Amino acid sequence: MSDLTLTTAAATSPEAAPRTPPASQIGLRGWLRANLFSSWINTAVTLVLAYLIIRWTIGFIEWGVINAIWSVPENQTQACRDLRGVGACWAVITEKHRFILFGTYPYEEHWRPALVCLLFVGLYVVSAMRRFWRWELALVWVATLAVIGVLMWGGVLGLSYVPQERWGGLPITLILATFGLAFAFPLAILVALGRRSKLPAIKALCVLYVELIRGVPLISLLFMASVMFPLFLPEGMNIDKLLRAQIAIILFAGAYLAEVVRGGLQALPKGQYEAADALGLGYWQKTGFIILPQALRLVIPPLVNTFIGFFKDTSLVLIIGIFDLLTAGKTAIIEPAWQGFGIEVYLTVGAIYFVFCFAMSKYSQDLEAELNRHRRR
Amino acid sequence: MSQSTTDPRLLRAPPKRKLRLSWADERVRGIVWQVVVVGIVGVIVWWLWSNTVHNLEVRRIATGFGFLEREAGLPIAESLIEYSPTDTYLRALTVGLLNTLKVAVVGILLATILGTLIGIARLSRNWLLSKLAALYVEVIRDLPLLLQLLFWYAILQGLPGPRQALNPVEGVFLSNRGLKLPWIEWQDAHSFALLAFILGAVATWLYRRQALAKQMRDGQPRRIWPVALGAMVALPVAVWAAMGAPWTVDWPALRGFNFRGGLTMSPEYFALLLGLVLYTAGFIAEIVRAGILAVPQGQWEAAQALGLHPGQVLRQIVLPQALRVIVPPMTSQYLNITKNSSLAVAIGYQDIVSIANTTLNQTGQAIEGIAIIMLVYLTISLSISLFMNWYNAKIALVER
Amino acid sequence: MQPFGLSFTRALGAAAMCLTIALPGLAQAQQAPAAAANTFDAVRSRGQLVCGVNTGLAGFAQPDSQGVWRGFDVDYCRAIAAALFGDANKVRYVPTTAQNRFTALQSGEVDVMARNTTWTLSRDTSLGLDFTAINFYDGQGFMVKSNLNLKSAKELEGATICVQPGTTTEQNLTDWARANRIRFTPVVIERLEELVSAYTAGRCDAYTTDVSGLASTRSAQPRPADHTILPEVISKEPLAIGVRQGDARFADVTRWVHFVLLAAEEFGITQANVEQMLNDPRPEVQRMLGRNGGLGPMLGLNDAWAVNVIKAVGNYGEVFKRHLEPIGIQRGPNALWTQGGLQYAPPFR
Repeated sequence: MSDLTLTTAAATSPEAAPRTPPASQIGLRGWLRANLFSSWINTAVTLVLAYLIIRWTIGFIEWGVINAIWSVPENQTQACRDLRGVGACWAVITEKHRFILFGTYPYEEHWRPALVCLLFVGLYVVSAMRRFWRWELALVWVATLAVIGVLMWGGVLGLSYVPQERWGGLPITLILATFGLAFAFPLAILVALGRRSKLPAIKALCVLYVELIRGVPLISLLFMASVMFPLFLPEGMNIDKLLRAQIAIILFAGAYLAEVVRGGLQALPKGQYEAADALGLGYWQKTGFIILPQALRLVIPPLVNTFIGFFKDTSLVLIIGIFDLLTAGKTAIIEPAWQGFGIEVYLTVGAIYFVFCFAMSKYSQDLEAELNRHRRR
Repeated sequence: MSQSTTDPRLLRAPPKRKLRLSWADERVRGIVWQVVVVGIVGVIVWWLWSNTVHNLEVRRIATGFGFLEREAGLPIAESLIEYSPTDTYLRALTVGLLNTLKVAVVGILLATILGTLIGIARLSRNWLLSKLAALYVEVIRDLPLLLQLLFWYAILQGLPGPRQALNPVEGVFLSNRGLKLPWIEWQDAHSFALLAFILGAVATWLYRRQALAKQMRDGQPRRIWPVALGAMVALPVAVWAAMGAPWTVDWPALRGFNFRGGLTMSPEYFALLLGLVLYTAGFIAEIVRAGILAVPQGQWEAAQALGLHPGQVLRQIVLPQALRVIVPPMTSQYLNITKNSSLAVAIGYQDIVSIANTTLNQTGQAIEGIAIIMLVYLTISLSISLFMNWYNAKIALVER
Repeated sequence: MQPFGLSFTRALGAAAMCLTIALPGLAQAQQAPAAAANTFDAVRSRGQLVCGVNTGLAGFAQPDSQGVWRGFDVDYCRAIAAALFGDANKVRYVPTTAQNRFTALQSGEVDVMARNTTWTLSRDTSLGLDFTAINFYDGQGFMVKSNLNLKSAKELEGATICVQPGTTTEQNLTDWARANRIRFTPVVIERLEELVSAYTAGRCDAYTTDVSGLASTRSAQPRPADHTILPEVISKEPLAIGVRQGDARFADVTRWVHFVLLAAEEFGITQANVEQMLNDPRPEVQRMLGRNGGLGPMLGLNDAWAVNVIKAVGNYGEVFKRHLEPIGIQRGPNALWTQGGLQYAPPFR
């Protein structure tokens, strides 16, 4: 019925009907015109960029696919060397990929670190889903981290014992980043609360810690862990190198996360504090029940971004000789037969880092959008 | 009447309560908490400290900064000041500090320029350009900086040797020994010309300030460029000419193993600078983009309605407002560049960390070496923070 | 909000508790039973020797494809373990870099350091360690690409030279360059592997380190003939075993293990014939091998200590032959004193 009226109306007075825009403003042509060729300068930019993109893409495909060598027999890398600059030598990846991923972990036991990596990824995925944001998640974390420890060390359940000196590659990167977060987070909450505290001595201590750590590069903390820390401990007690680096990363992460959490505390409306006070809640009740749950929700996106930061920063342990993913990649090309294929290895290692960081950064963007929508409503 | 009115200040002041020694008193709890926390921290620090002192004593490890006066004996490839291995450790560390500053200052300048360009490109109406900028930002930020540095260093090492150096322009050589550029032979006349230029720049700035103040009063715009030209170009040239106009170009040439003469940019410095600038530009681009987006659309429209041309809109209306949003996060990026320059140690550029590291290696004095590194970075961080805070206060909105 | 708040604190509590439980396991802090001052007892009661070795230097210390450490220095770790426990496999190897080797020893992370470390006065006095025995006499040299056609290091004027920072090598290089008025550009990279790859990539004209290290690097290249080791040896590099200061007995053990290896070569005792040699009539051989006892217990060991050492690794000549001759290192100054070399063992009596 209404259709009919509409048609008649349009038929009776053609001026009233919406007119279609001219052909130059719609469809592909219109889009191209608006977005690529709107003025002569824009056209020039588009043409130059398109030319460069096409040329580079073709060049890269030629180097990386068409002229590339995918495997060579028995470390005979001469074929690869002859192609220097013309084609990629992916044979180095074919030959060394297990070393790059798992380092010096015993070769026949590689399924264990592989499983550990999968567990980490599973842990991240589960933690990312909002419907699992319950207190049981903390138990899942503890259980998973315990299973990871058992898998890596072994020595029980018929698994052979693998000393820590032999761990390497991707699991080390994931361990440093994840344990770093797990321990730095509670520390960060305490420090952030301390920094907002009305008690001058506690506030001063927290400010000192945060500013001191944020004022120096992570490298200096790692050096400290590597060469200075052993002098701090009583005689006869010493701590493994990996754990020392882990402690340095926790202290570093704690300071940065504390600032993120403090941002959340500050963003909370004052009314929430006052309302909690009015209810007669004590400090810890107020903080635990009212303030933190809200503040932490606010800071989840920046928290993920900070985590991406550490994930990348764990690569710095290379400098103190710990065998993470990047170190394993570098070590893979020490063998004289494979020297000089750094670019292929760095591209591969870079791709692994990229997959993790990109997934997390996309997740944090989506989450931010979702939380904002929630707040606007 | 007046006697019965109490001073309002007295009314507002809280009544002084007596401190009750009870757990229910908030202040008592506060004091107890503080004493406990400070006590725990104090005990931990004391424990670590006494362990360290004991360990140093038992292991007979020398302490103190006396080593700074000893002969370093370490060779340094690039230095801004005169240095030879016979100099002291103190001088070697100074060279390292200057090398850190060299890469940080140049890096901050270039990253700001590149980052701003990319940030603006992301907002471009050209679809291809904005997508390309977005892709750049996404990729560069998701890869560890150290990996990028190693990647660039590997590429630079893959360049041909000095005898087969690439020679794109006469006098410019690119090889695995770095980039070689022709350079004038530096003489006193050049130093004086540089001094004249700096004086000229200060004079121009003072003149501009005065001119703007006058413009505020009478509305007459004054031309600044003739003064700028005179003070910053003519004066230095005149000084240089008066001193005999020395002009000898130092062309790099292959002699023996390597190029001699000219200006050198070593592969280590080049890779570090390239990595730092490309990485940080990705972050700066996002900051600039957010800053520009934060300026309400109405400001653009209003400015255009006033008849300002697009350049003026950007420079006089949008940028000053965007800067308020941009400056605080930019400060932390500048701090990051400085701190990240410490990754130099991985690719063999001799910055403060690298040299302090070698020093603590040769002398075995780990605590002193690391203390020096930390002190240097804390000082730099603090200086940048103070400068940026001052700048931020200067451009902040003056609320009336 | 309430349920979330409740669950949140509970979660925090649970997490904190679990982390506290997990921490000691993670930490794996190795509380040595005795104070570091007495390394000997600490090692004996632990039942394992912790030996600091190079992160990977062909011939001296390098994990093979099964991840088992092998090399000249590694055999010293094995020999000391054999003397202490009668079992050469009771060793844990900790790879140390040029940078953290002294800290590792000072802090007790390792018991003994067999890691091409040059014995110098300042290291001996100010780093809290003692050098016990020089197991390898070395000297610093230069390696260049053969196609440069260099005959002498004196021709390196203006060259770019790769050198590892923080080592005696670096200081020797500057001393030598100053004495010979040679200008050079240094390229200093901490990690040995990267330094070598910088040299092979052509970033430097020459690479300098101990001659043994040069030989080891050269032999590992795809075409060793492309690289020439120049004839000059510009320094003395006595590479010595290091132990923590303050335990003379442990220092004695490491020192005398070295002397056992030397004396065994001198007396013609080998891994294969050590059992027969127990019946050798020479009195000093009898004393050393513990036939008419007393020497082992003086060191705090049993009488079979020397036999165990020789059974585990052979004599000095055998160790040398097994690991260093394949990479092209000659005995040179490391020959026994009877053959004109410097290796000399004090008498066993």
